[in-house]
Amino acid sequence: MRRHMDEHQQTLWQFMHEQSDKLFAQTLQHVGLTFISLLFAIAIGLPLGILIARKRKLSGTVLGIAGVLQTVPSIALLGFMIPILGIGAKPAIVALLIYALLPIIRNTYTGIIGIDQYVKEAARAMGMSQSQILLKVELPLAMPVILAGIRTATVINVGVATLASFIAAGGLGEFIFGGISLNNTNMILAGAIPAALLAIILDALLSLVQKMDFKKLKKALCILPVVILMLGGFYALPSAYGSTLTAGFTPEFMGRQDGDLGLKSTYGLKIHTIVISDAVMYKAAFSKELDVISGYSTDGRLKAFDLKILKDDKSIFPPYYAAPIVRDEALKQFPQLAETLNLLAGKITDSVMTDLNYRTDYLHLTPERVAKDFLISTGLYKAPKNGHNGVVRIGSKIFGEQYILAEMYSMLIKGNTDYEVSTKTGLGGTKICFDALMNDQIDFYPEYTGTGLLVLLQPDPKIAKEMAHDKDKTYDYVYTEFEKKFNIKWLKPIGFNNSYALMMRQKQSKDLNVNTITDLKNYLDKN
Amino acid sequence: MIQLKEISKKFGDTLAVNKASFKVEEKETLVLLGTSGCGKTTTLKMINRLIEPDAGQVFINGENITNQDPDVLRTGIGYVMQNIGLFPHYTVAENIAVVPKLLKWDKEKIKVRTQELIKKLHLPENSLAMFPHELSGGQQQRVGLARALVTDPSVLLMDEPFGALDNVTRTSIQKEFKGLEELKRKTIVMVTHDVQEAFELADRICLMDKGKIIQIGTPKELLYQPVNDFARKFLAGQRLALEFKVVKIQDIWPYLPKRALQDGKSLSADLNVWDAMELLRSSDRSELLVSGANKDSKTVNFEQLTKGFNQFQNAQAHG
Repeated sequence: MRRHMDEHQQTLWQFMHEQSDKLFAQTLQHVGLTFISLLFAIAIGLPLGILIARKRKLSGTVLGIAGVLQTVPSIALLGFMIPILGIGAKPAIVALLIYALLPIIRNTYTGIIGIDQYVKEAARAMGMSQSQILLKVELPLAMPVILAGIRTATVINVGVATLASFIAAGGLGEFIFGGISLNNTNMILAGAIPAALLAIILDALLSLVQKMDFKKLKKALCILPVVILMLGGFYALPSAYGSTLTAGFTPEFMGRQDGDLGLKSTYGLKIHTIVISDAVMYKAAFSKELDVISGYSTDGRLKAFDLKILKDDKSIFPPYYAAPIVRDEALKQFPQLAETLNLLAGKITDSVMTDLNYRTDYLHLTPERVAKDFLISTGLYKAPKNGHNGVVRIGSKIFGEQYILAEMYSMLIKGNTDYEVSTKTGLGGTKICFDALMNDQIDFYPEYTGTGLLVLLQPDPKIAKEMAHDKDKTYDYVYTEFEKKFNIKWLKPIGFNNSYALMMRQKQSKDLNVNTITDLKNYLDKN
Repeated sequence: MIQLKEISKKFGDTLAVNKASFKVEEKETLVLLGTSGCGKTTTLKMINRLIEPDAGQVFINGENITNQDPDVLRTGIGYVMQNIGLFPHYTVAENIAVVPKLLKWDKEKIKVRTQELIKKLHLPENSLAMFPHELSGGQQQRVGLARALVTDPSVLLMDEPFGALDNVTRTSIQKEFKGLEELKRKTIVMVTHDVQEAFELADRICLMDKGKIIQIGTPKELLYQPVNDFARKFLAGQRLALEFKVVKIQDIWPYLPKRALQDGKSLSADLNVWDAMELLRSSDRSELLVSGANKDSKTVNFEQLTKGFNQFQNAQAHG
């Protein structure tokens, strides 16, 4: 155990050392994002706080709105921003500033109204004007409270800034979410530890400023804006893009041999690339923020946003056939389970899956409805038996297709067996899903052969390469190895192949006459 | 000179001040006296426009103050308040320098004037670099006074200036206050609910009730010629002490025995009976030599003083 830990620490250190350039750049971006948005939040929040301290009637409304904005889930807020501001720095900064606003407005307000009214009266009686009272009396006296607000906002921002990587704004989130997708603990920690340290250090520094007496505070306050500006400056707004086309790849795709690395080595593709979350990538491509994205071949948004898959003419993307993977223990406990899950085997082709995904993603039908309609149309649906013979726990990853599959399995189990079902859907990424399975939190979830091979097993690159282009070989390999290593069984494939794919807007693909990845490479080389 | 002409102020439905008019002469101290809620503080605050009157006019040195910029008006009027209202983030020196800085005095002038004031007000030299919370209540009020006096304004407004102090400190500061040369040059309007304080410090007292002025007059007039029952009852509780303070030895001169035993330093007959009694009590002297208005002198002891005072009282009552 001890040795294992030592090894672990060493490798984390090695990873950080190897990736030190990236780590440094991400940290600077992170700090920059935090402080640029903080600067804007202060520029907006401070005057608003002063305003509502003067016109108390407005305070309820303003604080109410800021409070509501604060409760919008961060990823949703980022999503709202894309149609308005696109992707990259702008929406990230706006989203962060919205989160930072409430503590700053609220503390400015409470700081000012908390000042001894006799001090204000004395200031007025001595003939100070409104602005003199504000600058010489109210703001200095409210400053410790205002600083506490800024401190809270800073710490919030450091946290939320990790999500900026979802919309291609960079920051330490790139490592964190890349690591979660790639089942790479070192990568997660390389992002998470600096982010946590950053929060702790900034909090401590600001608490020092907050505790200063008035004289020192005066000096510190002269320096503070300069410091904030400088730190904000780390995040130079991305200027004009280098190449004519811009690609948006997920953090996972960026780190994979069968992703960006393969595109570079096998195709020699050179394209300006930004890292972005799967959740907003398709929309960004549709709204012409991005030209090339790394999607999934059965994704419903392919249809919804009128995108075209570029043919992988040098086949670097291995097959990703979906099949349920089940703990051997669970198969023993629920003898009917394997047979029931296999009812779906071979039933869903690529185009069927794309269509099912389209129904949920674009037509906004519930996964439950889509699953039920499909099962009814294929004659697999049976009314639930309401059995009490144990509970099967189904897991799923956090994207549409997995929700639909989980619903289908749930209905099949309820209709064909005496088992009860509980679902744990929306587990954020391969690592989380697989860990849940290994730790007996769930009994099975739908996994993809390619993921099993390259992410979970991570065999020698030679073996992987040899295997990667043959769907049967891949299946056989993961089947045997999972049994041996994890006591987990791969059931029969469902039928569709949800592999990685590069895609473009239909129209652009036609205009540029780019149909394959090689076409894309040639186009980029020429332009 | 300050003049109020029928000023009124309403807060909601309550008439806080109802057609108040008075005149304060140059270098006079007028005390606004009354219970809380009688409108005295509102009246005071309308003089420097901390509160704007609904009706009526205020003139300072003949000028209608509504025609002046309120901030400029206020820099020219000293203001002392019960809660002192020192800036907690300023040192004592900075607190005193607030108005001079608004008036753009040069640093040297501010420094000289500040030094002068802290000497006059008996503040320790090292207090200049301290923050208000490091001072005692009495010291804070002295700083408050210094702040109001620093530019030597001709008009001084004081809102219960000694209200926040304990009894001992209050009495000693009142005494000092009375003796301050700086203050003798000023036209002062002061608010208090403390009858003793009013009698101690006022040239004239303006007694108020429910927003209306009941009576304006010297302490003596209030005591001996109250205009109505309210005025009489207001002073009833402390009448004897007040009378001792109001009646001067000169007033009871005819009732004192004609003898002058002592030679040497004599006291003025302007001394009030209260102070004379205190002198006899606290010192080891059993007699005081007093010189009257006609340069004749008399020697009195405690007994003769009380007897003379009683005879004067009887004469007042029957006259």
